[in-house]
Amino acid sequence: MIFSLAVYSAPHSSQASDTAYRFAEALLAEGHSLYRVFFYQDGVHNSSNLLTIAQDEADIPSRWQHLSNTHQVDLVVCIAAALKRGILNQEEADRYEKPAHNLRQGFALSGLGQLVDAALASDRLITFGS
Amino acid sequence: MSTLHTVNKSPFTHGTLASCLSICAQNDGILLLEDGVFGAMATAPCADKLTELIESGVKVYALSNDIKARGLQEKLLNNILLTDYTGFVQLSIDHRCVQSWY
Amino acid sequence: MRKKILFISRHAPYGSSIAKEALDAVLTMAAYEQDLSLLFMDDGVFQLLQNQQSHEIAQKNFAAMLPILPLYEVENIFVHLESLQARGITENELLLDSVQVLDSHAVSVLLAQQDQLLSF
Repeated sequence: MIFSLAVYSAPHSSQASDTAYRFAEALLAEGHSLYRVFFYQDGVHNSSNLLTIAQDEADIPSRWQHLSNTHQVDLVVCIAAALKRGILNQEEADRYEKPAHNLRQGFALSGLGQLVDAALASDRLITFGS
Repeated sequence: MSTLHTVNKSPFTHGTLASCLSICAQNDGILLLEDGVFGAMATAPCADKLTELIESGVKVYALSNDIKARGLQEKLLNNILLTDYTGFVQLSIDHRCVQSWY
Repeated sequence: MRKKILFISRHAPYGSSIAKEALDAVLTMAAYEQDLSLLFMDDGVFQLLQNQQSHEIAQKNFAAMLPILPLYEVENIFVHLESLQARGITENELLLDSVQVLDSHAVSVLLAQQDQLLSF
């Protein structure tokens, strides 16, 4: 079965992105496929490479990145939601003349159409709200 | 077709679970997770309504990881079914759609 | 193949960005020619109130944005009766003429007809 996940909560502020990650791990372990994880609202914070996590705490963004590396999961961050929350890739930082960019490797900025596409291409779309 | 409802808010502070229960159909399922697992307590505000739904055939699950994390193992309503993340995946397959109440 | 897709918008406007970002997603989905519906429930029904003057808090006005939904051919717009009643709002106070009021039972039937739910 083909799944997509919609993640709307920031890591380390509420539990939902951790739940989403564990759900993703479980569905892959069961042999299902994960078409896309779409990060929207405060969920865009999962894609920052500046999050600095204490050693004894779960590093959720790097877990997502690991998932992308090992299972080729498409990690898409809503570009409009990301820009207004200070998540930029190099291209957007250049475009808006910002001093830095912080999108973690493995994540891509794109439009809300990618959420729609995930809803249309997947058998199940599961929302993880904050 | 049936719906799986997930609830992640405590019924002691939010109306989220009550809203979910008000539109839950008989062949739907409910999964309590994160702070939603406080709704599985025998002393929760929605306990009577939840019992009524369980008796009418609705399956109500709670994520055991979240139950144990919060120390609620001995405080649960009868007939709450415990499940894990793999069970959550299977529940989302067994139902056509998932409505997330947050 | 067209899918039956229902957006459920349950949060009040302005205090958080959920309602606005839900509306953005609905408008995006509208371009994809699916069988699209939108349900306002719980505090989401506050989005439909008239007399919103959101310039007072420098935010975009839902009362101005929601009427464009029919222009995007989002025609199946529903509001949950018991959510209105619990807040003392009557149907004739709502922004959109075309909104259909559904009781809890009708809402559960609506959910059961969908291929995909987008929860906001």
